[in-house]
Amino acid sequence: MKKVAKTKLAELFSAMAAWGKLYVPAVSDGIVNFVPWQEGLTVALTALNVLVPPKKFFFPQTETVLSYEMGEDLQLEDFACRAGERAILFAARPCDVASFAMMDKVYLDEPLDEAYRRRRENTTVIALGCSEPDEACFCRSFDIDATKAPGADVLAIDIGQELVLVAQTEKGERLISVLNGLLSEATSGDENRVKDEQEKNEGRYVTSVNLRGMMEKLDGMFAADYWEQLYKRCIGCGTCTFLCPTCHCFDLQEYAAGRRGERIRCWDACMFADFTQMAGGHNPRPSQKERVRQRFMHKLNYFPHQHGDYACVGCGRCVRKCPVNLDILEVIQEVGGAVDGL
Amino acid sequence: MNNLLIPDSAIVRDVFHENDDTSTFSLQFTDAQKRLEYSFQPGQFNMLSIFGVGEAPISISSSNGSRENFTHTVRHVGSLTRMFAKLKAGDLLGVRGPYGNGWPLKQAHGKNLLIVAGGIGLAPLRPAIYNILEQPALFGKVELLYGSKNPGEMLFRHEYRQWAEQISMLLTVDDASGFDWNHNAGLVTALFDKMQSVPENTVVLSCGPEIMMKHVVKGLLARGFHSGQLYVSLERKMFCGVKKCGRCQVGSKFVCHDGPVFSYDVLENEPAEIIGVLGRE
Repeated sequence: MKKVAKTKLAELFSAMAAWGKLYVPAVSDGIVNFVPWQEGLTVALTALNVLVPPKKFFFPQTETVLSYEMGEDLQLEDFACRAGERAILFAARPCDVASFAMMDKVYLDEPLDEAYRRRRENTTVIALGCSEPDEACFCRSFDIDATKAPGADVLAIDIGQELVLVAQTEKGERLISVLNGLLSEATSGDENRVKDEQEKNEGRYVTSVNLRGMMEKLDGMFAADYWEQLYKRCIGCGTCTFLCPTCHCFDLQEYAAGRRGERIRCWDACMFADFTQMAGGHNPRPSQKERVRQRFMHKLNYFPHQHGDYACVGCGRCVRKCPVNLDILEVIQEVGGAVDGL
Repeated sequence: MNNLLIPDSAIVRDVFHENDDTSTFSLQFTDAQKRLEYSFQPGQFNMLSIFGVGEAPISISSSNGSRENFTHTVRHVGSLTRMFAKLKAGDLLGVRGPYGNGWPLKQAHGKNLLIVAGGIGLAPLRPAIYNILEQPALFGKVELLYGSKNPGEMLFRHEYRQWAEQISMLLTVDDASGFDWNHNAGLVTALFDKMQSVPENTVVLSCGPEIMMKHVVKGLLARGFHSGQLYVSLERKMFCGVKKCGRCQVGSKFVCHDGPVFSYDVLENEPAEIIGVLGRE
């Protein structure tokens, strides 16, 4: 267990940035997002969640998959081999770190996605434990402890004047060894403060939901009238899906200029009418009702059937940002789980 | 490690115009090694690219016995498939695949087969038909029921004479006006009253519009077939073919990976995300 004084963080960031591309949370125009670190940047250590989920570091919002040139023959360039420069993600919150495991279930499942694998392998994730979950945070309901992040390479815990750093993987140990000159050994007093911080965690959640039996309840609800009244508020903006750290759907688009062009992969959302629209005219999800149902069924029923976990980490982005308050907490409660708080 | 979204280059060797809006393209990989390695099962599909336009899943319509060339039968209805109408011999395409599971032909060995197709739905069944024609001893009686809008829209018409030597065929159209037509008129499900097939020891393969398959399943269940005998091939929008892009989900199943061929006893336990169709209603 190592530690670093908060007053020395700029030096630490500088050392990290010399080792790999460093991304940190920072405020710009009132919005917190991960940005490349640079000298003089104020790092938003107390901000809870960045707006755009950090899945983008492995599954970018848009990326070139290939470029082509049509001549005598077809020249294709695979862009996956360009992916995966050495990078560090500093201060990912435990819910977002848990979301990476969900994305892995999709993109590292055979046949695996090479660009994703390279980015995942070459990014060292430093989680920062949360000491003040807000009313839209409900990660605890998914067995995520906001002061722990078992999926992170390094766990950072804020103990006041200092950050304690615990390497949790080989990748994490490698990074800690690179930074060693700037770190000091944590004392037993520091360890106790970390323990304190972790013990206080249980009492800090304002909101929690009971997911017991949720998947099973939804097994029988596909044809329920419930969706009929739920969907009417939805304006199909797709905000929930774009901000969701576990949504993995994508679109492929072509950008062509004469005989050359690129094929681009970008995030897409099951909230949009053309998501399943087929050329022959058939759309298996013809109205917003089927699309809203798909979102909740996928997260709380289909994905658990496929992978054994709910496709939600309780980050609260969709709860905070839905313009019509179509709230997953409300759905869980109405379907049958109990919601305490809020 | 290969990037699974990168196609191989293939050349159009031949184009055959089936009818006004549908053509069959004979393709060959430009790389000789790829030609040797490539194999597929009847009922599987490839992702076909026209660079600058896009990529879409299209089922393979040729025999898996000949691997040097393979064919795709494409109806020109979408932004990509309309561009297929402009392709000519010598043009280059991108091909990746094959994807999906294919028809359960091995399970059908020693059994009778009832094939029910509608419109372009005959294309993914043609490799199965060739498979049957090439090894007739492996199967019992084989019957094909095929329906289309009008006689002119029927696919692979020049092959029926040969098919009919080994397969009993019943053809029907919605509207025969203006054609010299001495087969049936009406929906393909109306042929159930005329067919020889019985539920005993029979496997059913069906592909066509989902509304058709819905009535095929209903009609055959009413005639004493059970859901485990019925196989349907579904069509969905897809971008990857490898259960990542999320488009083709039907409940917890991916059409690209768990399908496109589904036994109806699997689908009836999935949410009925198919025009309220197959599955629980």
